[in-house]
Amino acid sequence: MKNSINTKRFIEKLQESAFTYTLISIIIGFIVGAIALLIAGYNPIESYGKLFGVIFRSTKNISYSFIEYSVPYILTGLSVAFAFKTGVFNIGAEGQYVMGSVAAMLVGAFVKAPAYIHIPLCIIAALAAGALWGGLVGFLKIRFGAHEVLCMIMFNWIAYYFSNFIVNLDGVNVGGGKTWSVPIADTAKITISDWLPGLSPKAHFGVFIALICVVVIYYIINRTTLGFKLKAVGFNRSAAEYAGINANGSVLTALSISGMLASLAGALQVMGVTYKVSQFAGQEGYGFQGITVALIGGTNPFGVLLGAEFFGAMKFGGTRFDAPSEIVDIIMGCIVLCIAISSLLRMMISSNKKNKGGV
Amino acid sequence: MKKIAALMLALVLAIAAIGCSAPADQNQDNTPANDNKEPYRVAMVTDTGGINDQSFNASAWAGLQRAQEELGCEVKYFESKTDADYAPNLETAVDEGYDLILCIGFLMADTLKEVAANYPDQTFAIVDNSSVGDNVIGVNFATEQCSYLVGVAAATMTQTNNVGFVIGMVSPVMNTFGYGFYAGVRDTNPDCQIQCYNANSFGDAAGGKAATINMYTNGADVVYHAAGATGLGVIEAGKEQGKLVIGVDQDQSSLAPEAVLTSAVKRVDNGVFALCKDGVEGTLKPGSDVNYDITSGAVDVAPTDTLMSDECKAAVAAAKEKILSGEIKVPATTEAFDAAYGSDYYTLDD
Repeated sequence: MKNSINTKRFIEKLQESAFTYTLISIIIGFIVGAIALLIAGYNPIESYGKLFGVIFRSTKNISYSFIEYSVPYILTGLSVAFAFKTGVFNIGAEGQYVMGSVAAMLVGAFVKAPAYIHIPLCIIAALAAGALWGGLVGFLKIRFGAHEVLCMIMFNWIAYYFSNFIVNLDGVNVGGGKTWSVPIADTAKITISDWLPGLSPKAHFGVFIALICVVVIYYIINRTTLGFKLKAVGFNRSAAEYAGINANGSVLTALSISGMLASLAGALQVMGVTYKVSQFAGQEGYGFQGITVALIGGTNPFGVLLGAEFFGAMKFGGTRFDAPSEIVDIIMGCIVLCIAISSLLRMMISSNKKNKGGV
Repeated sequence: MKKIAALMLALVLAIAAIGCSAPADQNQDNTPANDNKEPYRVAMVTDTGGINDQSFNASAWAGLQRAQEELGCEVKYFESKTDADYAPNLETAVDEGYDLILCIGFLMADTLKEVAANYPDQTFAIVDNSSVGDNVIGVNFATEQCSYLVGVAAATMTQTNNVGFVIGMVSPVMNTFGYGFYAGVRDTNPDCQIQCYNANSFGDAAGGKAATINMYTNGADVVYHAAGATGLGVIEAGKEQGKLVIGVDQDQSSLAPEAVLTSAVKRVDNGVFALCKDGVEGTLKPGSDVNYDITSGAVDVAPTDTLMSDECKAAVAAAKEKILSGEIKVPATTEAFDAAYGSDYYTLDD
């Protein structure tokens, strides 16, 4: 008897938790992906089998999926999630990411220092660039009332062309008609696969930095006055101001921290994986996909971590199974759509519960 | 809730049922003609343009698909979205044991050099770059020749004595498009002006469109692009303004039949197919370069000529004859071009 009550409570809890809806959304995403596969003439079961087969085939592939491919998404996802908590939609993570990668590349290539100084220096430069890039939008919003979403979209393009400009400068460009920058010095590289040969060749300890960020951001949001202020402004700006919270200051702080997280992603990618910045052929999308990750993670830092690991693995597997990689984009799009309408689902389920009565 | 659950269950079952019935047909389709021999397995890795760029990567994939049909090769592609994808894509291809791994585009040269050094027994090939290792084949195309031919076409078709050229990126390989085009225009119509624009991107269709509209406003009436997906914007502009454009890499007239005069076709597919054929026959020479030019059909003008005047068709055909016979040698390097036309004419390479 007691058991059945526990089960009932468990089910009730399950129905209320965001995690359930995320899981349902993921399942729906895969079902829609399967339909798309069928239409494209692939056997969905076989294809999904291959997708997960590729992801888990070897320690190298696991390392690719859950370290190399996921780290940037953890951080851009955190960046977007953190901004969401404070009521700001950070669609500018893309540009902040780019500014971080450029800053890290410049310091990594042109400063000479031993590794224990060089690596922190690169990261600090990137954080400064990201804080500046995010904060600048905050400044425009506070000072001139410019809408942050429009500003950020434009700032993304400014960062994009700024990066292309830097990469093509004499001295920064590697020369010989090539379209990328000089490589960073060995002392600025954070790759760890030399010591751990089972991993993918570019696995880097940025994954630990990302994990630390998850914990720190969780702590800031839930356990500090700063987090409380930011959330208060996010929930209701006027009420927060009435309560004596400096709303403008909060927005500026939130956007700066958000910018730092995204720029850190760019820095780690340069220091761990690419070692250089290439001229873009198109926006790379790490920042935009951070939005997807933040939504999958329910804007909770640990949710973002899971979401990023899932997303990174899907990105890695998605271009390596037999069907077109767009399938993964379709799946991800559906998941985000379902999560976005999950409040509707929740309403349907809870009204259903009421109709039954007595539960 | 029950209804939703039931619906989902039904969907899953339906998919499972259809899914289980499919493999039988698929296996039949995929079986190559010669059952006894192991099929020759080729993988290609795209650059950041992606497999659906309707240009370079798509053309290479078409070549591989032809190799699958005619030579019984087993083929697969790995798509790169960012720089960071190159190495993992190459590594995955190596893991899956392909006989030949083909890199599309010079953007991958550095990464390929590193990866190829780690796997000395694996054969690689790279399109549009010279060989970067003892196990790498460099696959090149004489793109200056087809660019020359469309230059001839542009110079005969222009009413305003003013044509345009949009380039996706300035590099020695990309400049061959410019050298050929500028040479073709100058040889045919010495009074014709050329406006040029460096988009600095292969993915910026909006920028390509804006630049092309600007060229039309400044008097151009034919614009040639060598800019990948940026060129889709060039074609869009021609369609909108009712002026002519010239496509690149593939016959792009299907994108805007009323605007695309012709296309400088770089038959990457023919080159890739020839490479696969050599691979099947075992005559590949890793560590060296192969160069495909107009004599082997690897570069040409597109077959579509509905918008060309008779004079234009004749001029292009005559120029083609002269290149084939060796009477015209189209310059492919800065030195050769500057020697023939002066260093002030083509300025993108400065």
